[in-house]
Amino acid sequence: MIRATGLTKDYGSRRAIENLTFEAKQGEVVGFLGPNGAGKTTTMRILTGYMPPTSGSAQVAGFDIISESIEVRRRVGYLPETVPLYPDMTVFEYLKFMADLRHLPDAEDMVDETLEMVQMGKRADGYISNLSKGMRQRIGLAQALLHKPEVLILDEPTIGLDPAQVVEFRNIVRDVGKERTVLLSTHILSEAQQLCDRVLIINKGRIVAEDTPENLQARLVGAEHVVLRIKGEADDLLPIVAKIEGVQNARLQPDGMVEFQFAPGTDVRPTVARAAITAGFDLLEFRPVGLSLEEIFLQLTQDDTRKER
Amino acid sequence: MRNIWTIARREYRHYFSSPIAYIVALLTLLSVGVYFVVIVYYLTNQSYYSNTAPGIDIVIGPMATVFLFATPALTMRLLADEQRMGTLELLLTTPIREGELIVGKWLGAFLFMVTVIAATLVFPVVLNKLTSPGIDQGAMISAYTAIILLTAVFLAIGTAMSSLFNNQFAAFFATLAILILFWWLIRMPTYIIQNTTINSIFNYLDLNNRFTNMLAGTMSLSDIVYPLSLTALGLFVSSLAVETRRWR
Repeated sequence: MIRATGLTKDYGSRRAIENLTFEAKQGEVVGFLGPNGAGKTTTMRILTGYMPPTSGSAQVAGFDIISESIEVRRRVGYLPETVPLYPDMTVFEYLKFMADLRHLPDAEDMVDETLEMVQMGKRADGYISNLSKGMRQRIGLAQALLHKPEVLILDEPTIGLDPAQVVEFRNIVRDVGKERTVLLSTHILSEAQQLCDRVLIINKGRIVAEDTPENLQARLVGAEHVVLRIKGEADDLLPIVAKIEGVQNARLQPDGMVEFQFAPGTDVRPTVARAAITAGFDLLEFRPVGLSLEEIFLQLTQDDTRKER
Repeated sequence: MRNIWTIARREYRHYFSSPIAYIVALLTLLSVGVYFVVIVYYLTNQSYYSNTAPGIDIVIGPMATVFLFATPALTMRLLADEQRMGTLELLLTTPIREGELIVGKWLGAFLFMVTVIAATLVFPVVLNKLTSPGIDQGAMISAYTAIILLTAVFLAIGTAMSSLFNNQFAAFFATLAILILFWWLIRMPTYIIQNTTINSIFNYLDLNNRFTNMLAGTMSLSDIVYPLSLTALGLFVSSLAVETRRWR
């Protein structure tokens, strides 16, 4: 369980996060979504007891992060963005060291078990300096999972993983997330959608939106975007598409595709497809395009400024 | 205690995979060895000296000079490197206290240096065979206590500097500067100032003075208390530096 109330952190005169209030319950995977410098890492560092907030308070696993920092740290598994490892140690030595710092009984068994979980059992005796980025990421995750923490905090955990590893990683997080609280940060929207029960969008140190990924997308996507590509020049197709009722904002893309929007609930796609074929064009591609994170941010931050006025 | 030991053990092992540690060990044994051979040669072959039996100071004396330069090289990375690699964030989010981290780090370096010092025990053994009726055991214990205390101080000052600077070289030179101050410069004012009260303060703070007393076998309680308090001060400053780092 994580409960943050009015967290604020200043670095000198710069305010990194302002008045963050949010909650993450047991059995919930909460995603922190935001661009670089939004305050995600700062918030995580405060919650893990690495540094105190300038003002505000937070409880993690039922303990206060300032007055009961050690108790919090006992119950939190944390994977910092930098994936801190000691290159001069073997995988096993490193995890054993971390297990000893956490006073785990039968530390060696725990290490073996966790290594199996992240599928690194075969590399236990290899030096960390010889591991690839993806493997290091897994060792970092193993370190965070080692003591079966009540709360798992992962800062940009999928950076540097290849697609197959990302899938594996998601499975691990989803597994862990069933019984414990997971807070993870990312700037990849699709990842947040697949992994998280709830998403907090943070920008310039403030929470600008909080909802389930589905609701968030429905709320944000006012209109659906579609692109279509035909064989040959699309210049002639544009006026035909633009004329169809329900099609909004039809325009030619620099790469020769035609892009248009339509309001949710009025699906004009079949009409457009039929019209293109009837007019004698060879349809090569026809697909929806999601809003990119940038667009969502733009939308949200615009809303934010409007509200302020 | 357990956390201190965990940290110290990692640190100690790390030195055995670090080139700097081997260079420090080699430098120590080489310079002490060369000095030893030359002195023993002179004392046994030159008639002028032949009445003087070599004492343990010919082993411990040069060691102190080597350590003045070698210990900053061992401590410079202690915390600066953790900061650089981001592992400090990892350590400070595990349930250990800043003090335990600092003492553990220092202890790891200290145990390594004690290992190096232990390797020099071969010289007194040789010396014991060469002289008759052997060397003064009391003087030997006192001299080794002196060098171990001195190492503790040097390393604690190095640990403090490493926790204050993010840059290893800054940590190295800052440590060296402070060591030179306490080892050589601090007695300089006494050559100018006539006031005996002020001079006695400078003499008290002079590490070299303490060390020489112990080497000569004229050890007083303050010769032990002073280096121990300097060590404690160094470690206290380090903990404070790490703690305030959180608040920055």
